Amino acid sequence: MTQLALVIDLNTCVGCHACVTSCKEWNTSGEAGPMVDRNPYAKSCLHCEDPPCVPVCPTGASYKRPEDGIVLVDYDKCIGCEYCSWACPYGAREIDEQQKVMKKCTLCVDRIYDETLPEAERKPVCVLSCPTSARIYGDIHDPESEASRAINESAGYQLMPEWSTNPANHYLPRRKVKITVHEEDLQRADNPLRKEDRGPRAPTSRTTLDDSTSW
Amino acid sequence: MAANPARQREVKSTTCYMCACRCGINVTVEDGEVRFIQGNPEHPINKGVLCAKGASGIMKQYSPARLTKPLRRKPGAERGRSEFEEISWEEALTTISERLHHIRETDPKKFALYTGRDQMQALTGLFAKQFGTPNYAAHGGFCSVNMAAGLIYTIGGSFWEFGGPDLDRSRLFIMLGTAEDHHSNPMKIALAKFKRNGGKFIAVNPVRSGYAAIADEWVPIKPGTDGALLLAIIHEIIAQGLYDREFLMRYTNSPDLVNVDLESDEFGLFLRSEIEVEETCIEPANKMWWDREREQAVHAHAEDTDPRLLGEFELEDGARVKPAFQLLKERVADYTPEWAAGITGIDAETIRRLAHEMGITARDEKIELPFPWTDAWGKEHESITGNPVSFHAMRGLAAHSNGFQTIRALGILMTILGTIDRPGGFRHKAPFPRPIPPCAKPPNDPEAIQPGAPLEGMPLGFPAAPEDLFVDEQGEPVRLDKGFSWEYPLSVHGLMHNAITNAWRGDPYPIDTLLLFMANMAWNSSMNTERVREMLVDKNDDGEYKIPFLVVCDAYHSETIAFADIVLPDTSYLERYDAMSMLDRPISEFEGPVDSVRVPVVPPKGECRPFQDVLVELATRLKLPRFLNLDGSRKFRDYKDLVINYETEPGSGIGFLAGWRGKGGEKFMRGEPNPNQWEMYAKNNCVYQHELPKSYQYMRNWNRGYLHWAQDHGLIRYTDPVNLHLYSEVLQRFRLAAEGKRPGRQPPDYLRERVRTHFDPLPFYAEPLETQAIDKNKYPLNAITQRPMAMYHSWDSQNAWLRQIHAHNYLFLSPQVGAQNGFDDGDWIWVESEHGRVRCMCRFSEAVEPGTVWTWNAIGKAAGAWGLDKQANESQKGFLLNHLISEEIPSGQGDYRFSNSDPVTGQAAWYDVRVRVYKADDDEPKQTSPQFPTQPRVPGMEPARGRWQSFVRGLGK
Ligand code: SF4
Ligand code: SF4
Ligand code: SF4
Ligand code: SF4
Repeated sequence: MTQLALVIDLNTCVGCHACVTSCKEWNTSGEAGPMVDRNPYAKSCLHCEDPPCVPVCPTGASYKRPEDGIVLVDYDKCIGCEYCSWACPYGAREIDEQQKVMKKCTLCVDRIYDETLPEAERKPVCVLSCPTSARIYGDIHDPESEASRAINESAGYQLMPEWSTNPANHYLPRRKVKITVHEEDLQRADNPLRKEDRGPRAPTSRTTLDDSTSW
Repeated sequence: MAANPARQREVKSTTCYMCACRCGINVTVEDGEVRFIQGNPEHPINKGVLCAKGASGIMKQYSPARLTKPLRRKPGAERGRSEFEEISWEEALTTISERLHHIRETDPKKFALYTGRDQMQALTGLFAKQFGTPNYAAHGGFCSVNMAAGLIYTIGGSFWEFGGPDLDRSRLFIMLGTAEDHHSNPMKIALAKFKRNGGKFIAVNPVRSGYAAIADEWVPIKPGTDGALLLAIIHEIIAQGLYDREFLMRYTNSPDLVNVDLESDEFGLFLRSEIEVEETCIEPANKMWWDREREQAVHAHAEDTDPRLLGEFELEDGARVKPAFQLLKERVADYTPEWAAGITGIDAETIRRLAHEMGITARDEKIELPFPWTDAWGKEHESITGNPVSFHAMRGLAAHSNGFQTIRALGILMTILGTIDRPGGFRHKAPFPRPIPPCAKPPNDPEAIQPGAPLEGMPLGFPAAPEDLFVDEQGEPVRLDKGFSWEYPLSVHGLMHNAITNAWRGDPYPIDTLLLFMANMAWNSSMNTERVREMLVDKNDDGEYKIPFLVVCDAYHSETIAFADIVLPDTSYLERYDAMSMLDRPISEFEGPVDSVRVPVVPPKGECRPFQDVLVELATRLKLPRFLNLDGSRKFRDYKDLVINYETEPGSGIGFLAGWRGKGGEKFMRGEPNPNQWEMYAKNNCVYQHELPKSYQYMRNWNRGYLHWAQDHGLIRYTDPVNLHLYSEVLQRFRLAAEGKRPGRQPPDYLRERVRTHFDPLPFYAEPLETQAIDKNKYPLNAITQRPMAMYHSWDSQNAWLRQIHAHNYLFLSPQVGAQNGFDDGDWIWVESEHGRVRCMCRFSEAVEPGTVWTWNAIGKAAGAWGLDKQANESQKGFLLNHLISEEIPSGQGDYRFSNSDPVTGQAAWYDVRVRVYKADDDEPKQTSPQFPTQPRVPGMEPARGRWQSFVRGLGK
């Protein structure tokens, strides 16, 4: 079964906010929009595999798609009761005070299946815009996907796994590079200073051992 | 795109201008409205990605702060009150051109044109020159001219547009004094790649902001002391023999012998051989080396000579000489890591370790690329080699009064590590490298200015000797901003930050008309903002304004608009033609020249007109020669027409754009104008990119193949190698003049000591001028700003999405500073300098060196400006550090004041300011101070929007 998700690489994310404003730009005029100015920026939903925001919804507006694991809100059914946002431990949902419906990240569901877009662009817009390619998108149930490989190779982890939400989004940790300098590295035969080791040469007329001893 | 067949949809390529980085964008326009802006995957700069600003372009296009009508200050209304009336373009243009015509016919220097980060200097410079005024510059003097000049005078190139770190192949990368950068997305793309390849990234900065977020090591440093750190690293690298001797010997002036005879008038100049040399703008190849075998001075670069880099030698006539490298070694002898530790706040062990990491990585991780090349002396090399240590630096180093010499030290460190234009190190971008210094010179005689005639020479250039200064017979400045005078001899970008003060004071002379384009001089682009605002409205006894006529062109309702006599509404970047020209600052890559254009994707809003078209129109009405045909008729319809048809000289084949030249677009760099050049750019992602053969992509200062290619294509006149100036004879010439040892021009007496001190041919460290002058116990802290990634200076407070990220700013400081001064995180405090004080909110942060306080640049706004509500956070909780910074410092000569700038380049010393902090009284208003009267909206702006700010396609805004 497919579970689409984002894997976010904290080793390269510089906090530039490109994902944030491009999300707003795409979605405010898109299927999920408009995005309101209050709490202006939605957070990425983690598209939990066991999403607590779904069972609490009294109308069934909050749902998880079986075919790809995306968690969505059906605006036509949503009554704006905000139970789901209370249930979400990650703060991923924001009520739209104007439309009185719950809004959240859709994993750009209106891009990823849109065949009028070039294939390379059928990705969440935050992924496309990220200058450090810190956002990897893919099916984390497919062990061959770039997302799964990144999780496996770079010790990807979930946020607050103890809540048993089993979030589909993962984070890759910071990795620190160090340089080790060995003592010997500073003592080399090819040290260029040796080429300059000159100093004024002593005059040959000066007294040396040659003049005073006979072995 | 969710397909809705009812909508007319079109995707057009152009170039972003939400900052100066110039990424390629694809703009989706639906039913005439911008629906979506995305990165262009085919574009060499950003390869499809965007930044927070770029993705918010819609909100700039549909910003409520846009100006849409030409305006005139109402008759009888006081300047500065924003009392405007609409006028027609015809009236605006007639008013301006009549006034300018009179100035041009009488005294052209009474017209001054200063521009912001405009990306059209090829045109603005041409206009100024043709008008005949020397009083022209863009904003470089208050931005990063030290970075440009410091490196160009050392390695023949600089960072960002002109070159940068080769992070693809680097193993160790050191970033100094940079948060967000002008080279924004490319830097982020490269950093991510670099990190994934396992390179080590070190950030040296008082604040851990911006890209330093992902640094492997943060080295906090006290502001203004980077020179001490760099010199100590050079000390350690030389002491350990970690320099690249081979590179220094062949490609720099390290082995060149310098006259060290104190009595000689040639003291500090290179020893020259007797051979005949042609007089050009290139330094002649007649220097001497000390041959270790023959024990005598020989012609530099003599075949099979292995010169001495160290030592002192006696010539046959008894004269003493030393190789330049010996002088560097002597210079840094006392700059030990222990010495630097006390200045920088970085412990000596760390400084030593940094030097070792750099030196050993450079030496032991050599790169070899299989590309044969031939050097300028004819020697063939089987491969290109490189040392994978690279650097990047910007305003943190530049914006100090000791910045020029600090940056010289950086250039020298990069040089001794053997990293210039080599893989893994620093690499140039066309049209760099240039000769050191570049050939273009400013005029050097007041006679260059003549009524009714163009300026003799270019307004800006690169002096190589006192003879190139733009001074009169008394040695006094000719330019309004005193650029290229003895006060700031190498001010290669001018000193825009002093233009208003000087014009107001009438020193060196009063002017008549000031035209400002896209520069917020009444707010964040001026030091001493409050006073500058007063100067703009100050009057002579006769009731005339001291600056009689002020024309401001901008697309947005900036603070400066309020002071205009005429306001000209510029277009947005999505509404116009632009050229990122080879004649200005193109977007070249390491691999070869690249330039690009903007083309309009939507029509101009209201009556907006591109500033370039306005300049072309004014130039034509003023009958400036290059804008007319030989018969005196109009030559260029508009800027679009000029870009493709203008040639630097009639028939030169060199114009604004390098791509698709020649009648049918079959030529590049050089070729006759092509009537379809715009269409060809538009069809090709708005970019022209030329990739050089691999063997021409490196070692370009000395690469015969490249130099000949560059000459053939009109990039350079001479193919002489550009050896690196470890030792700067150029600076020594100025010093000798100051010491009275050089025939020809000498500085006025009151400037001798200043020139002598700062024109040191070798880098040195001295405290910034303000720090030297001030009571450090009273003002114990340094105050600096950083640029956030989601804002471009003052420009984005009118952008609803970006102000939702930064709507006000705090003063960030170490919790220790709070504890010492008795206030808490979040408290209202005063920050006070010698010049003024500002009330603001503070935030504790561990990511700042404890002797520094900092804030984001230009988030604070004047009430009502930028189309904001008068209660907006930007003015009530946001603040500007500029109020604390003076644009001038005492000169020690009575009342006379120098610009608060680097004495070599005139770079504005923003980051020299010292402050103290204390808690605001509990009964003081919870509002930043100073406050200014609310700036009203002006005619033509849309009415204030309600709470709903966001643009949504289809809602018909
Ligand atoms: S766009 Fe990428 S680098 Fe920027 S904040 Fe988002 S994830 Fe981080
Ligand atoms: S992150 Fe929150 S909204 Fe998203 S699926 Fe999980 S619980 Fe639901
Ligand atoms: S996937 Fe789409 S909706 Fe979700 S955060 Fe990214 S851009 Fe926003
Ligand atoms: S860095 Fe951002 S704002 Fe600057 S040109 Fe690129 S996309 Fe535009």
